[in-house]
Amino acid sequence: MTDTGFTVVAQGLRKVFVAPDGKPFDAIDDLSFRIRAGTLTALTGPDGAGKTTLMRMMAGLLRPDAGTLQVLGEDVSLRPQAVQNRISYMPQRFGLYEDLSVQENLDLYADLHGVPMEQRRERFSRMLEMTDMARFTARPAGKLSGGMKQKLGLACTLVRSPDLLLLDEPSVGVDPLSRRDLWTILEQLIEGENLSVIVSTAYMDEAARCTDVFVVNRGRLLAEGSPEDLSHRAKGLTYEAAPPPGMPARVLQARLIDAPDRIVDAVPRGGRVWFIRQPDCDEAALRELLPDTPFEPRTEELEDAFMALLREHDGDSGKTAEHAPAATVPQSKGDGHPVIVVRDLVRRFGDFTAVASTSFSVAQGEIFGLLGPNGAGKTTTFRMLCGLLPATSGHLEVAGLNLRKARAEARGRIGYVSQKFALYGNLTVRENLEFFAGAYGLPRKRAHARIEAVLKQFDLEPGAVSGILPVGYKQRLAMAAGLLHEPDILFLDEPTSGIDPMARRAFWRTITALAQDGVTIIVTTHFMEEAEYCDRIAIQDDGRMLALGTPQQVREQAGGDRAMDMNTAFIANVEQSRAALARKGEAA
Amino acid sequence: MTRGMSGFLTRLIALIRKETRQMLRDRSNLMVGLLLPAALILLFGYGLSFDVRDAPVAVVLEDRSETARDTVAGLSGSPYLAPVAVPDMGRAVALLRAHTVDAIVRVPVDFTARKAGGEGRIQVLLNGYDATSAMTIGTYIDGAIQLSVLHDQDRMGPGMDSGSTLGLVQRVWFNAASISTWYLVPGLLVLVITLIGAFLTSLLIAREWERGTLESLFVTPVRPLELVMAKLAPYMVIGAIDVALCLASARFLFHVPIRGSLGVIIVSSLLYLSVSLMLGLLISGVTRNQFAASQMAMLASFMPATMLSGFVYDIRNMPTAIRAISLMLPATHFMDLIKGLFLAGTVWPLVFKSCGILLLYLVGLGFLTTRTLRKRLD
Repeated sequence: MTDTGFTVVAQGLRKVFVAPDGKPFDAIDDLSFRIRAGTLTALTGPDGAGKTTLMRMMAGLLRPDAGTLQVLGEDVSLRPQAVQNRISYMPQRFGLYEDLSVQENLDLYADLHGVPMEQRRERFSRMLEMTDMARFTARPAGKLSGGMKQKLGLACTLVRSPDLLLLDEPSVGVDPLSRRDLWTILEQLIEGENLSVIVSTAYMDEAARCTDVFVVNRGRLLAEGSPEDLSHRAKGLTYEAAPPPGMPARVLQARLIDAPDRIVDAVPRGGRVWFIRQPDCDEAALRELLPDTPFEPRTEELEDAFMALLREHDGDSGKTAEHAPAATVPQSKGDGHPVIVVRDLVRRFGDFTAVASTSFSVAQGEIFGLLGPNGAGKTTTFRMLCGLLPATSGHLEVAGLNLRKARAEARGRIGYVSQKFALYGNLTVRENLEFFAGAYGLPRKRAHARIEAVLKQFDLEPGAVSGILPVGYKQRLAMAAGLLHEPDILFLDEPTSGIDPMARRAFWRTITALAQDGVTIIVTTHFMEEAEYCDRIAIQDDGRMLALGTPQQVREQAGGDRAMDMNTAFIANVEQSRAALARKGEAA
Repeated sequence: MTRGMSGFLTRLIALIRKETRQMLRDRSNLMVGLLLPAALILLFGYGLSFDVRDAPVAVVLEDRSETARDTVAGLSGSPYLAPVAVPDMGRAVALLRAHTVDAIVRVPVDFTARKAGGEGRIQVLLNGYDATSAMTIGTYIDGAIQLSVLHDQDRMGPGMDSGSTLGLVQRVWFNAASISTWYLVPGLLVLVITLIGAFLTSLLIAREWERGTLESLFVTPVRPLELVMAKLAPYMVIGAIDVALCLASARFLFHVPIRGSLGVIIVSSLLYLSVSLMLGLLISGVTRNQFAASQMAMLASFMPATMLSGFVYDIRNMPTAIRAISLMLPATHFMDLIKGLFLAGTVWPLVFKSCGILLLYLVGLGFLTTRTLRKRLD
């Protein structure tokens, strides 16, 4: 007990892993820090920063290769069990036993932690009430939705009150509603039990709720401090610009992000563009970059500081594909005729309705986003549009072809990039592309020309083995394969999940360029702020279409103004509709 | 320390309850654990047999004298052979080629004359397609003809040496009738027990790695040994049911004699069962991947137990290298013991030696398995 008042003390911590290409790399690189007791501390950083490795080391599951790590006054690499007896740890993918019921899972963890019976009764009823799962105690954990599983994981982690609670990205892959619930539970617990909590997260709005924030990237600590202190680093650098009428915000955003020497970061937001200037770029230089566009300073947020820190640390590793065409107001937006027409689309699985009477259409060159909580019917809708799943009833027209009659022809006109990396990991980039060119039936000459074209377009190394590419590059390769046959419509299923913010910016830059060339893009995402890149979005819940329109219209439907972020708009829409349904149910 | 002990028990019981529930809720588990052994017992017991019954044998009597007929008369008395009279050698050969008959017994034209001179010869042709059956049929034909020679001697009365060949009398001990069920069924017990380890427990730890459940378990006060014990427990019960199934079918279905002590059979079976389950767990813990684990269990446990343990092929006939591998298999030692216990009785030195070896395996494998669960992710 050398450092009282601190739960975790790390000194020169190092952990070496072997990368997929066989080279060792420092997952944790000479890290020293102290985490105060009795606080809610956030560990943030992009994917691959070393957050999970650090969490696992604190939980005694990984041994550091150098340095010391004290948790609750114990050297965790020497006495892991002593630490484990006092902490609770929720891994990113909490290990629920899917064939056991909710109650059985809770019982198991209570038994393993030796929670006495009388204490248990009180604790369980409290956890079940907070997670709103009292009705489901007999249901097998495998039959819960993603958000519910995560809540049950948290409940199992908290069957007893630990001295230190470690949560590894508790809200990753969870929809905004469940994410909000999870944080409500967490905050109640912290208040009620004076817990020390360390939570890792890639969401800045979550980090902003914590007392202390540690920013890590590629195994190194970039900054630490309170959210306010950190935000201050971006003070005076943040602006908001309004695009000229008729220009989508993403076009202006693309122009800004293409100037990394002056601009740190830019994102579309509420029909405008939020950006951060480089510290050495003055307003005159900005005006030069934005001659026809008014811009004004805005209040800095934690996210701004975070992006600035990352950009500084990463150098140009997150740069966009170079061959994206210059951002201009799209010329050939087509004549606005719809390339996808969906009317009264229904899909049932047995007596379960996955998609209920859905209608919408998408015009050529549009970016159309499908949003919704887990299990809302996004993926089912998506699969029907791609012709991978037949509809139960309804009209479905893609690229002017009726999908119920001409599925094969319609498939020739669309490109599909699936959520998982669906290419062959042990083939090279070129071999993969050659294979897909063959699968699309491209003639040899055209195949060769197209492969050269996409290699250039996506800045890919033809000889690299696909399986060991960094995630962002895998994503590019998957896109390249989907675009080989020059489809009219590109379908992207959760393309940005699991890739870091820099790579996501680069990805959306490519999408903007594609849309400008007249390719229609249909995209699903669980990053609500990415809806701002879309021309129109559709929000689904329980198989029903709740909202359809431009991001601005969706915000208005939720009763918000331009300042409302998409997360809030999304939650408001879903809640309003659920409340309306409940009223209808009561009235009936 | 009492608190530590009760903590151990609470955790162990909680884990056993969890494993049992998981086992019972996965139907494919029970299918492999209970139905597959039953199917194997019936298949091996009834289907797979090296015995020959009513093997068709072409008999060509080129010498049609009574002496010749008497000599081959023994063939029709044998339950294993079904003699068919064929007029000439050409047709008999055609039948053999067509695989309609398994053997030809040819009595040459000059048989009677030569026999009188003490040099009676009969030609036996066997179909070597299936060498094992051919050898067996050859033995039966030989036996049947020898029998008629003995009869012949009887008739001539004592002291009257006919000058014919010496009557060779063979006897097979312990399995006098050389019924293959008798040695296949005890071997089956070994296979069934090996199977549970190879197909069921080999998935257990790997599944927890794949589903990420171990990471959550590790950060509880649970100890590696508790995990191992809890995983073994429900499958010990399944295995015990299978052992009972094997023993009952051996006794009542196939009428295999159980000459050794039933108690020793049961105890040693349970010992081998725990070795087999532990081997499965170890493979599971090392591979951390269900697919790899079941492949490896198949290759490292079930296949060698079938081919190399002495189940079918005699270990002593194997090349030295293969024999060495064979002797490394726990199955080989249990096979040796269990066949002895069934057919020869309780031979205590063998019991102690085999059980000692199995116990060493159990401790060694148990130690290694516990190491694979030592609550570390690197």
